[in-house]
Amino acid sequence: MGFEKFGHISFTSQTKVADFVDYLEKGEVRGTQCVSCKRTFFPPRADCAWCLASEVEWVAVEGEGKLVSFTKANYAPTGFEADAPYILALADFNGVRVFGRLSNDVPEKDTKVGMPVKIKPISLPGGQLSYEFRTT
Amino acid sequence: MPNDVAIIGVGQSSFVRNYEGSIRELSFEAYKEAMLDAGLSNEDIGASIICSAPEYDKQRSPAALVAEYLGLIPQPTFYVETVCSSSTTGIRVGYSLIKSGLHDLVVVLGFQKMSEISSADSQERMGRGADIMWESPFGTMMPAYYALHARAHFDRYGSTEKDLALIRLKAAKYGKLNEKAVFRKDLELDQVLNADPIATPLKRFDCCANADGSSCLILASAEKAKELSKKPVWIKGLGSAIASQTMTGRETLDGLSCAREAAKEAYNMAGMTPQDIDVAEVHDCFTIAEMMAYENLGFAEPGKGPELIKEGETYIGGKIPVNVDGGLLSKGHPIGATGGSQVRTIVLQLRDEAGDIQVPGAETGLVHNIGGVGIYGNVIIMGR
Repeated sequence: MGFEKFGHISFTSQTKVADFVDYLEKGEVRGTQCVSCKRTFFPPRADCAWCLASEVEWVAVEGEGKLVSFTKANYAPTGFEADAPYILALADFNGVRVFGRLSNDVPEKDTKVGMPVKIKPISLPGGQLSYEFRTT
Repeated sequence: MPNDVAIIGVGQSSFVRNYEGSIRELSFEAYKEAMLDAGLSNEDIGASIICSAPEYDKQRSPAALVAEYLGLIPQPTFYVETVCSSSTTGIRVGYSLIKSGLHDLVVVLGFQKMSEISSADSQERMGRGADIMWESPFGTMMPAYYALHARAHFDRYGSTEKDLALIRLKAAKYGKLNEKAVFRKDLELDQVLNADPIATPLKRFDCCANADGSSCLILASAEKAKELSKKPVWIKGLGSAIASQTMTGRETLDGLSCAREAAKEAYNMAGMTPQDIDVAEVHDCFTIAEMMAYENLGFAEPGKGPELIKEGETYIGGKIPVNVDGGLLSKGHPIGATGGSQVRTIVLQLRDEAGDIQVPGAETGLVHNIGGVGIYGNVIIMGR
């Protein structure tokens, strides 16, 4: 339990990496790292498929990232209609890639592939937790 | 260049917005056409493979129900699913059943009745074809995912919305000739460019329409094909690969790695190169998907896809005619039936039976069918 608090609408509640949500609550976005081979995983994984090991540590995703691509979604799927339009994006933080939304403060015309972004945990209505990309 | 498994019968229902019948009746339309085409009756068939994407079906475990309606009892049947590429995955499985010697005549039937649920619901369910833990909670839909690929292609190679619109105009031109297509209207460049943005840079006409439909293929062993068919079309090469379902796991977004890998395997098996292909059907669920297919299949160098369409090289008469049946953009995209429909078009081309859209002298054809947003890639090369 616990993972149901992640995102605008969560579709699953049970995962071994539900601590992700606790870190969000503390203001941090974290991925995991295999203790043995040091591969970093985002989204976080509980298991390393390369070492067949299940010992991972939580590591912060932070600093300046770069926008890899983005789209302004003018239509939303069932349950998300009130949010539209919003910008969905993929960003790269020193080789760790993260999928999410860009802050509503950033208009599409000012959004460019390659532009620097930061990642910030956010609170959503109903006690949900998430993160978003910001330019400042 | 193996000649072990052939396609000896093809069938397809009309693709429509709202089929007024059940999934078993929809499936029967394609089955009947394929069986009449092959000149077979139900007791000749050794096994059936039923392909669809289960999220749209109200019926649970539809394989036996459909097989029962087709009269394929007691022959074994089972369900194959890789979302939008389900029926070409069905061909891969059917090929294996025949090559292994277990069966010598196999039915591959794909169907989808997308109108069983609302469009918003279907988009939400399609969105859940992506990673439900880490992406769906942000409100994702298929157009948004392909839009991320489009933006990355634009940024890296300088391709434009107009380049994509040219692909849509080609689809409209040929869709008009296809009696089984859902979209048969003319389109003008301005109409395509000024259409409602769905997920930028993709606009209304960059997206294919949901549709209801079915497709059916009869696969035969070499011995049966020679005995039963005057014009068998041989499966020369098969390639299949996957890519990370989660977008964060993709090295680049300006192409689909599953398609590149699948194409490599299929060309190797066939002992062919892209230059050997006379006609192709590619998975144009969105205009950008056809653009990436040009490059991922080797019809154009990476980044040079726009030149192919701008110079008209993917029209009949061009270097490599692509989607001359209107593609998914005009035919519509009944998920489980789509791959089988693409294969049917190529089979008709190679038999010289494609009518108004015949590519003169086509001897070798290729199908590129993608499941989800570049998750599952299937490439099939066929020859006379």
